[in-house]
Amino acid sequence: MVTAMRTMKEKTRRDLTLTVLFVIFVAILLQVANVKFDSYQKQVLSLMAIYGIMAVSLNLVNGITGVFSLGHAGFILLGAYTSALLTIPPEQKAMIFIIEPAHPFIANLHTDFFTATIVAGGISALGAFIIGFPVLRLSGDYLAIASLGFSEVLRILALNLQSITNGSLGLKGIPNHTNIWWSWGWLLVTVLFIVSLVKSSYGRALLAIRENPIAAEAMGINVFKHTLLSFVISAFFAGVSGSLYAHWLTTIDPRITTFGPVLTYYVLIMVVLGGLGSVSGSIIGAILFAFLMEWLRMFEQPFTLFGRQYPAIQGMRMLVLSVLFVVTMIVWKRGLFGRAEITWDGIRKLMKKFRRSGSR
Amino acid sequence: MIRNTQGKSERNPILKLEHVTMRFGGLTAVDDFDNVAYEGEILGIIGPNGAGKTTVFNVITGIYFPTSGRIIFDGIDITPYKPHQITHLGVARTFQNIRLFGDLSVLDNVLVAQHHLLSTRDADKILVRHGKEPKVKGHLWFWRAVFKIGYREKERQMIEEAMNLLRKVQLDHLAYEKASSLPYGQQRKLEIARALATEPKLLLLDEPAAGMNPKESEELMEFIKYIRDEFKLTVILIEHDMKVVMGVCERIIVMDSGKIIAEGTPQEISRNPRVIEAYLGKEWEHVNT
Ligand SMILES: Nc1ncnc2c1ncn2[C@@H]1O[C@H](COP(=O)(O)OP(=O)(O)O)[C@@H](O)[C@H]1O
Ligand SMILES: [Mg+2]
Repeated sequence: MVTAMRTMKEKTRRDLTLTVLFVIFVAILLQVANVKFDSYQKQVLSLMAIYGIMAVSLNLVNGITGVFSLGHAGFILLGAYTSALLTIPPEQKAMIFIIEPAHPFIANLHTDFFTATIVAGGISALGAFIIGFPVLRLSGDYLAIASLGFSEVLRILALNLQSITNGSLGLKGIPNHTNIWWSWGWLLVTVLFIVSLVKSSYGRALLAIRENPIAAEAMGINVFKHTLLSFVISAFFAGVSGSLYAHWLTTIDPRITTFGPVLTYYVLIMVVLGGLGSVSGSIIGAILFAFLMEWLRMFEQPFTLFGRQYPAIQGMRMLVLSVLFVVTMIVWKRGLFGRAEITWDGIRKLMKKFRRSGSR
Repeated sequence: MIRNTQGKSERNPILKLEHVTMRFGGLTAVDDFDNVAYEGEILGIIGPNGAGKTTVFNVITGIYFPTSGRIIFDGIDITPYKPHQITHLGVARTFQNIRLFGDLSVLDNVLVAQHHLLSTRDADKILVRHGKEPKVKGHLWFWRAVFKIGYREKERQMIEEAMNLLRKVQLDHLAYEKASSLPYGQQRKLEIARALATEPKLLLLDEPAAGMNPKESEELMEFIKYIRDEFKLTVILIEHDMKVVMGVCERIIVMDSGKIIAEGTPQEISRNPRVIEAYLGKEWEHVNT
C-alpha cells in the first residue's frame, strides 16, 4: 500500500514533468510558426486556440456536467463587447459612435488588453450567474431552448443599446492585439483551470450530476449550485474567448452570422466532433474545425468539371463540412475520442503496443 | 441521560414520522403514516407493490414534500429541507432501481459521496442552528481544489477513506472498474457502500434484494447486519418479499394502500390475520409456502 502510494506519487511527478516538457515543446513550435508563417497562417493559428477556448469551456457544461446549453454565443458576445469597449481608445469611440454618442461612462473607458480580457470574463460570468437562476431550473430540451433564447436576447440588446454598443453599426477599429501568444496562452490557462477542476472532488461532483442527477442530489450534492458553478466558469472562459475573438476580428457587430446561434453550433460541432465530455477531444475538435474551415475554402473557388467552367459557389465549404461531420459521426458515434482523454498513461500503453507488434 | 442506565437507551427514536400523508392528485400514496425508527435497530417496511413504501422514503429524503405531517430526524424537523441537505444531516439511501454513476469508477462513485463534506454549507448551517457540530471542515474548498492549495493531502485522505470502506464491503479489488461494468449483485452492494460513504446515521435501503436469488438475499441480509454494527447505523429496509426480512429485522411495519396495517416483531407479523389477508389479496401466496 505504502509502496503503491510512492510509485503513484513518482508517476504523478513524472507525468507533470512530461506535461511541462510538452508545453515547452508546443511553445517552441509556436515560436517557429511565429517567425516562419505568413500573417494569414498566423491568423488561422490564433483562431485555432480561440476556438479551443470556446470548445473547452462549452464542454465543461455540455460534456462534463451533462447540461445541454445552447447559450455559448451569448457569453462570447458579452465578452467581445466588454473588452472591445475597454480597449478601443476614447478618440476612436468618438469617431465610430455616429448615430448616438457613446454613454459618457463608456466613452472614457480605457484599459490594457489583459485587464480587458479578465473583465470580459468577469462580465460573462456575471451574466451566466444571472441567467443561470431561471435557466438551470429547467431540464433537457427546455433548458436548451431557454439558453438559446437568452443568448439571442443578449444579441438583440447589443443591436439596440445604441449608446453602449453602437447598435447595428458595431464596433470598428478594435486594436488587433490578439496574436499567437495571447490566444495560445489563454488556451493553456483555460485547460489548466478546467482540467484541475475536473480532476478534483468538484469535477467528480459535476460528472456525477451528468451520470445521474437524482443520485447526485441524494449523495448530498447541491445539484443546482454545482450546475450554476460550471455554467459560470464556462461563461468566464467564453468571455475570455470573446475578448480574444474581438481583437482578432477587429470589427464586431450584432449580426446573426457573427454572434448568433450559428456560432454556438460551430462550437458544438467542435465539441461533439472531438467527443462530448473529453477536454482533449474538444481541443482537437477545435483545431480540426478551424483548419477545415480554411482548407475547405478551395470548394468556394471557381472550378472546372469535365471541361466546363463553373462559377464559385458561396457556402459550399459548409456543405462539405457538414457531410464530413455526418460521416465522422457515423463512423465514430461518440466523436473521435468519446469521453476518453489523451493521458501519458494512454500514450505509454499505445507505445508499448506498437513496440510489441513491431518486434513480432 | 440518567434514564439510559435503565437499559432503555436503544428505544431512543432517531426518526419520527408524525402523521405524514402524501397525495398525488387524487391518489393518497401514504396515508397518515405515524411511526418511528429507534436508534440502532433494523426496521423493515413490507407490503405489496404500490403500497407506498418507496414514497415514504422519498418523503423522508426530501424528494417529495409531504401533503401534511412532519418528519423529525435526530431532533431536527427536516420536513422543509432539500435532499442534499437531508443527506448532509445524516440520512443516506439507495434506490429501488439502481442509480449508480455508471461511467465513473467504483472508487469515484464512493468519492462523490464524500463531496458534501467539502461543499454542502447550507446544510451545515442547519446543524449549527441546532447546536450540533458542523461537518464541513476548512474553507474555500473550491479554490483550494482548483489551485491545489493544501488540497492534495485532502484528496489523499478521501481516497484512503474510500478504499477502507471498499475493503470493508469487499469491493476494493474492483476499485478502478467502471461501475456499470459490475455484475448486478455487486452494483447493489456498491450502491450501499456509496450511501455509507456519506457518513450517515440512518440508512434507507429500498428493496436491496430485488432480483437476487434466495442465497444471495440471505448473504445480503447478513451484510446489512454487519454494516449496522460496523458503522453504528439505524437501518430501514424496504422489501416486498416478507421471507427475506424475517431473519434480519427486529421490527416490521406492514403497509397496504398507503396505510400501516400492522407493526410488530417478525413473529407477530407472520401471525397477524390482516397481514395474511393483505398478502393473499395481492397475489402474495408465496408467504404461506
Ligand atoms: N411521483 C408520483 N406521481 C404520482 N403517483 C405516484 C408517484 N410516486 C408514486 N406514486 C404512486 O403512489 C403509489 C405508491 O407507490 P410506491 O411508493 O412506489 O409503492 P411501493 O414502493 O410500495 O411499491 C403507487 O400507486 C404509485 O403509482
Ligand atoms: Mg417501491
